[in-house]
Amino acid sequence: MKLTLKIWRQKNASDKGGFVAYPIDGISKDMSFLEMLDVLNEHLTEKGEDPVHFDHDCREGICGMCSLYINGKPHGPQQTTTCQLHMRSFNDGDTITIEPWRAKAFPVVKDLVVDRSAFDRIIQAGGYVSVRTGGVPDANEIPIPKTIADLAMDAAQCIGCGACVAACKNASAMLFTSAKISQLALLPQGQVERKTRAEKMVAQMDAEGFGSCTNTGACEAECPKGISITNIARMNREYFSAVVSSDNL
Amino acid sequence: MSWVTKTLSSTLGRKLIMALTGLFLILFLTGHVSGNLLLFKGDGGEAFNIYAKFMTTNPAVKLLSYLTYISVIAHVIYSIILTQMNKSARPVGYSESKASTNSTWSSRNMGVLGTIILIFLVVHLQGFWAQMHWGEIPTVTYEGEEYKDLYLIVSEAFKQEWLVALYVISMGFLGYHLSHGFSSAFQTLGLNHKKYTPAIKTIGKLYCIVVPVLFASMPLYIYFTS
Repeated sequence: MKLTLKIWRQKNASDKGGFVAYPIDGISKDMSFLEMLDVLNEHLTEKGEDPVHFDHDCREGICGMCSLYINGKPHGPQQTTTCQLHMRSFNDGDTITIEPWRAKAFPVVKDLVVDRSAFDRIIQAGGYVSVRTGGVPDANEIPIPKTIADLAMDAAQCIGCGACVAACKNASAMLFTSAKISQLALLPQGQVERKTRAEKMVAQMDAEGFGSCTNTGACEAECPKGISITNIARMNREYFSAVVSSDNL
Repeated sequence: MSWVTKTLSSTLGRKLIMALTGLFLILFLTGHVSGNLLLFKGDGGEAFNIYAKFMTTNPAVKLLSYLTYISVIAHVIYSIILTQMNKSARPVGYSESKASTNSTWSSRNMGVLGTIILIFLVVHLQGFWAQMHWGEIPTVTYEGEEYKDLYLIVSEAFKQEWLVALYVISMGFLGYHLSHGFSSAFQTLGLNHKKYTPAIKTIGKLYCIVVPVLFASMPLYIYFTS
């Protein structure tokens, strides 16, 4: 495959940045998107140029480290992570536009790498349980109805990649925050901090400068893990019931 | 900050105000469209004028009307606050976006639709509501009681083609605004459940068509029958 890559290059956080076009040849349809970028970076390194910086880690679609806004969509044209996107999703001769996630709360570090530690701080605000959970419990030691366990597992699938923020017209982090609040609110281990958690995680989400939710559903449509916006409704219920009944004045 | 102001200035709290005022305005629209169906009665406006007098003098209706004014104002103010906040959450935009593949046009343009509806509302209130309250309009007498002839004002107004066109087009925008707003309000209130969400979505789809069509049919009916 012969492609033209239009890539956002930005030296550092304070640099203005801009697009640079890179023609690339000899790309196999079976390569992953990140392997294609690896090929580009090899060429750039050989020429003595600065390679394109991008985030990646497991390359198995489970860690949430890869990002990239490809041709107007987070993680590209398929509903999956960028590392699981393959070049067969594109055609020979295509121009592919690659941009970083865009949000005030996700500042660009370099090129396509953004700082997503805002998500870490939301988790630190309340995404934990302080009861002693011990080792792996025996099956059915803690009775949890199957339907509830399934809902909690669905929410827990969130890998925190930030595609929801990238897709949202308001750069809102509600899908992420609601998945994390839901996962713990549904389970017995999460009951101790249930109210405080909802209040603190929402407050931290706001403090980070994410936008609000217009219920467009773009996040759900683009989430590589298919997290549902029913979690956002649950977060709203958790939050509103927490503020009228918690001990936090 | 007290817990109330803290809650209401959070993103969720602000959205709660949008949802509650929006739902109240949906209730208002239901009442408004039902009452205005009297325009179709073909009695020279008698029933409509009696209804108009009731709506401007009854104390219970007055209370509801104040709630409506507050809802409109709060809905507008909070939408401006939220829009500003949402804009600042993404200072640098994308050069290419395929938003149409993941969301509906109306859901992404509620602010634009709302602004058009607000402009329409100013024209609408100036033309009828202000006239009824403070304008010098001719009166009619039914069974010895004097009534302001609002029907005459309405039927005269809708002889003008441009005004009929403005009303019909504005109702189209209202329909689009409601097509997202109706079900969105319930989602914001946390009401999303497999038991009733399909019903809310169906009612929302019907509501956003039926109510604006009924409203738009009124100026058209008057224009074509006068």
